Amino acid sequence: MLQLSKAAVAALAISSCLAGAAAAGDLVINFDDLNPGPKQGFDDAVAQFKAENPDINVIVNNNDREAHKTAIRNFLTADAPDVTSWYPGNRMAPFVDAGLFEPVTDLWEEEGFTEDLAAIMPTMSRDGEIWGVPYSYYQWGIYYRKDIFDLLELEEPETWDELLAACAKMKDNGVTPFTIGTKYLWTAAGVFDYINLRTNGYDVHMDLTAGKIKYTDDRIRETFANFETLIGDCGFVDNHASMSWQDAIAPFANGDAAMYVMGNFAVDGFKNAGLTEDQIDYFAFPSINPDVPRAEEAPADAFFIPTNAKNKEDARKFLAFVARPDVQAKWNATIGQLPINSKAEVGDDKFIQEGFATVSTAAGLAQFYDRDAPAEMAKAGMEGFQRFMTDTSSLEEVLQRLDEVQAEVY
Amino acid sequence: MDETHPENAGWLKRNKLAIAPWIFLIPALGFFAVYVVLPIFESIWLSFYEWNGLYRPDGTSTATWVGFDNYAKLWGDPKFWISLKNNVLWLVLFMLAVPAGLLIALFLNQTVIGMRLYKSLFFFPFVISQVVVGLIFGWFYNPDFGVVGSVWKALFCEETVNILGNATFRCTRSAPDILSSPEFATYGIIAAGLWPQIAYCMILYLTGLNNVAADQVEAGRLDGAKGWRMLWYVVLPQLRPATFIAVVVTVIGALRSFDMIAIMTQGGPFGSTNVLAYYMYETAISEYGERYGYGSAIATVLFLIMLVYISYFLWRMYQDEKGGR
Repeated sequence: MLQLSKAAVAALAISSCLAGAAAAGDLVINFDDLNPGPKQGFDDAVAQFKAENPDINVIVNNNDREAHKTAIRNFLTADAPDVTSWYPGNRMAPFVDAGLFEPVTDLWEEEGFTEDLAAIMPTMSRDGEIWGVPYSYYQWGIYYRKDIFDLLELEEPETWDELLAACAKMKDNGVTPFTIGTKYLWTAAGVFDYINLRTNGYDVHMDLTAGKIKYTDDRIRETFANFETLIGDCGFVDNHASMSWQDAIAPFANGDAAMYVMGNFAVDGFKNAGLTEDQIDYFAFPSINPDVPRAEEAPADAFFIPTNAKNKEDARKFLAFVARPDVQAKWNATIGQLPINSKAEVGDDKFIQEGFATVSTAAGLAQFYDRDAPAEMAKAGMEGFQRFMTDTSSLEEVLQRLDEVQAEVY
Repeated sequence: MDETHPENAGWLKRNKLAIAPWIFLIPALGFFAVYVVLPIFESIWLSFYEWNGLYRPDGTSTATWVGFDNYAKLWGDPKFWISLKNNVLWLVLFMLAVPAGLLIALFLNQTVIGMRLYKSLFFFPFVISQVVVGLIFGWFYNPDFGVVGSVWKALFCEETVNILGNATFRCTRSAPDILSSPEFATYGIIAAGLWPQIAYCMILYLTGLNNVAADQVEAGRLDGAKGWRMLWYVVLPQLRPATFIAVVVTVIGALRSFDMIAIMTQGGPFGSTNVLAYYMYETAISEYGERYGYGSAIATVLFLIMLVYISYFLWRMYQDEKGGR
């Protein structure tokens, strides 16, 4: 309730401060992150854009992420900015289908983005058009306690068998292999995504989230069989269903658990929990089926032009600007993420370096289950994964239920 | 005015008593119509559409008419039935607040020094926000750092050091994770909800007890009534108005349970603690929802269930008023 009204107030505030403000030569940009790092990165980029385009009067509305998710549903129709931040994949689908976003395919072709941003192009596309320009993404993978690995004389596992062997050694020494907090569901989807990407590959995973493959399909059953192996042979911390992802850092920081399937944003959390850079490290999720090309999770953030924007010409200038290698390099160095433009340089942080090596060589990039699958499917799917993780014998029921939801959603 | 329009003024004057209340009621009625009655019908209307809450650039809605499809879907939706079952569970178990409140009220209805302080302390849980109650109980149940977890650790766990030399616990049995177990989570939340609700019923009974006629109690005592018989035949009948209100607020409290669920489990684990109010919120407004038509259908069903109770209570009150005249 509280969150709801907060969002509503924010929506009102945004639309009222937009009204009247915009005139010719104005460029209104709505952004969605007030956290210090991301805000700094955005503000710096806008300052540079202003310096390069002194004739454009840039007006920025920066809002809290959750409030933005609610507000965008109103402002795209009622009082559209010229540029707004949003997410690619299925998250942009409702807006694209309602005709609320402007296609920017021609911009991609003119500026050569089809080459420089090639890896992300499939997720930015829908109905044969490209709908926005991404400025940043980050890697997922397994973060682990290097000091524990050293104590147990373990190497970073590259294959499924190596991972299971490492888990066995950890368990013998009283270490829980994986920590996770599934209270808010999405963390479980990260594990499922990776097991499916490694078992069946990118195309099958995308077909699944696009509703073309059933959950009771033999290939997906195999994924769940591997999931069960991971739960049984490796194992997650007890009580994970009552922990948030931040709560789950506690056993990791204390050394009770050694690994965490997570996105790079968690590194901040690890450091805040008192871990130093020497104690933690990163490896890509090990391969399961060696014949499957390695695909990765790399959720991207992007900018879009609303159909109702008033100053589309300058909006396109801004979109072209945020895709430039030098802009992306500087921006992502500030926020500790990866630039998408393949010509951009990456920061010298070790996780960023490793992440870039992992993601830039991937055969395909998934956006994460709750962005690749439609909302209703994502909710049911993630609840199913959580249920399966707490009780693997519920598998048949979970799969049947997911098939029912799938039949209804698509 | 009187001199220029004598006939008009005469009519006004003649009907002054009949008109005056309506003039005073107009603002309230207006707001009630616009903000309560109209949305009810809008919501029912919306339940016949499939709509993701978006408008096209030209301002037209993307909703499509689906007739009774949403209701047909509800019938086959296991999550809806789980929510309905939980609503019934809430309704039944929440009724415990009425006798529990009465018991505490009887216990507190004596003259001891500092009684007012004790009464306020018992009433305290009702004063704090439901959200805070939910948070407190969430921590209370937490198997890692909550009271439940600590007691469990004292009983079944021993403290050791882990591989890095940090203190940790090894348990012979892992601590119960009440809010994450599909069997117990709903009971855990209801227990949390009962805490403020009992306080509410208690205060209703305390004020009721103040009005219990001392002479009737005295007369009962002379006739030899004691203990349970005194309570049942002399005190309780006089508490009937308090009981009526206590039941009404408890039924409504049970049906609109939302805050606690939102704070403690968000309907989880895997939807097993959902109730209709929260499921409606989840499908219509939450991040993974945005199905306004379906959400409205759930809201309509909840409204119809509430309507049964509300009509009954209104009818009873109407009967009472007629009797009183």
